[in-house]
Amino acid sequence: MNASMNYLDGNAAAGELSRIFAADITSAEGKCANCGAKKSFAEAHVYTRCPGLVARCALCGHVLLRFTNVRGRLFLDLRGMTYLSVDGAPLMSGEARSGHAPKE
Amino acid sequence: MAGTEVLGRVTWRSGKVVALFDETSSARTIGIVVPDWPGHVAGQHIDVRLTAPDGYSAVRSYSIASAPSSDGLIEITVDRLPNGEVSPYLTQQVMVGDELEVRGPIGRWFVWSPEQVGPVQLVAGGSGIVPLMAMIRSRASAGSTVPFRLLYSIREPGAIFYRDELQTLSSQGDSVVVTYAYTRATPKDWPRPAGRINRELIDSGTWPANLQASSYVCGPTSFVESATDLLIAAGQDRERIRTERFGATGERK
Repeated sequence: MNASMNYLDGNAAAGELSRIFAADITSAEGKCANCGAKKSFAEAHVYTRCPGLVARCALCGHVLLRFTNVRGRLFLDLRGMTYLSVDGAPLMSGEARSGHAPKE
Repeated sequence: MAGTEVLGRVTWRSGKVVALFDETSSARTIGIVVPDWPGHVAGQHIDVRLTAPDGYSAVRSYSIASAPSSDGLIEITVDRLPNGEVSPYLTQQVMVGDELEVRGPIGRWFVWSPEQVGPVQLVAGGSGIVPLMAMIRSRASAGSTVPFRLLYSIREPGAIFYRDELQTLSSQGDSVVVTYAYTRATPKDWPRPAGRINRELIDSGTWPANLQASSYVCGPTSFVESATDLLIAAGQDRERIRTERFGATGERK
């Protein structure tokens, strides 16, 4: 399925998804509803050469998320994930942001 | 466009182009001042939106190349793609004083900040150097002495971005160890023939696995996949490898 490598990753979807999510989506952890893998959304394989965006599990290929813009309305389908967990701290400023960088 | 920010949400802002610099024959660095820019962390990117007179708009993602700063100035480096919709404009037509719509900073996963104290391995394929350069610059501007190593895979010598600055930053005390790997043409008398990244290159150009470095790999998807597999084969912990894929064309959307 991934042999053509025509995918990007969750980083590439983050700008568009910021239209819906106030929290950063790349560092959000999602659980795949098919294989149960728990991974950062940044690691999902994202396909952009289609209407909208499709994110697939990097391990099993299951569709995690679909996002489309139809005549000005945004549609988000998240049923491919059992859950999505985000950083609960408010995203206010650059100073606050740097505090959320991954720690060793 | 600029202004109405709702509780830290990422919104479109109007930035002004203040500087242009050609990195190579096809790549240009664009300095943009963005009013009310909230600051960024090395590794983050912005989206740039161009809108035609008829209303058609195109959005592309570009990594920020500059170190975090408080003056609202950010730099991106854009590589021109022959059939790109946006990159030809940004590399050939945009002028100092022009306005650009930008959204960001975006992403808090593929980031490095100077509070991180462990050794770092950077692996760049082509224009994948851009967010990694922001990390190198962030380290330098913060005075961090964390061990940094860069393996930079590039088509040919003329395609290297930030060549002089990398030269300077790799020849000082506590410097960044830089290894170039050429895929199509090498400098004269280069010890290694041109070729794709392989296990031997990973062994000679990256930290040994027992250092438990944090690795950041960025480039076209096929490069990221092969480099990541090679790092894992060399004993690196998959959990310590972070990746960002630019896609086969180098343009992210």
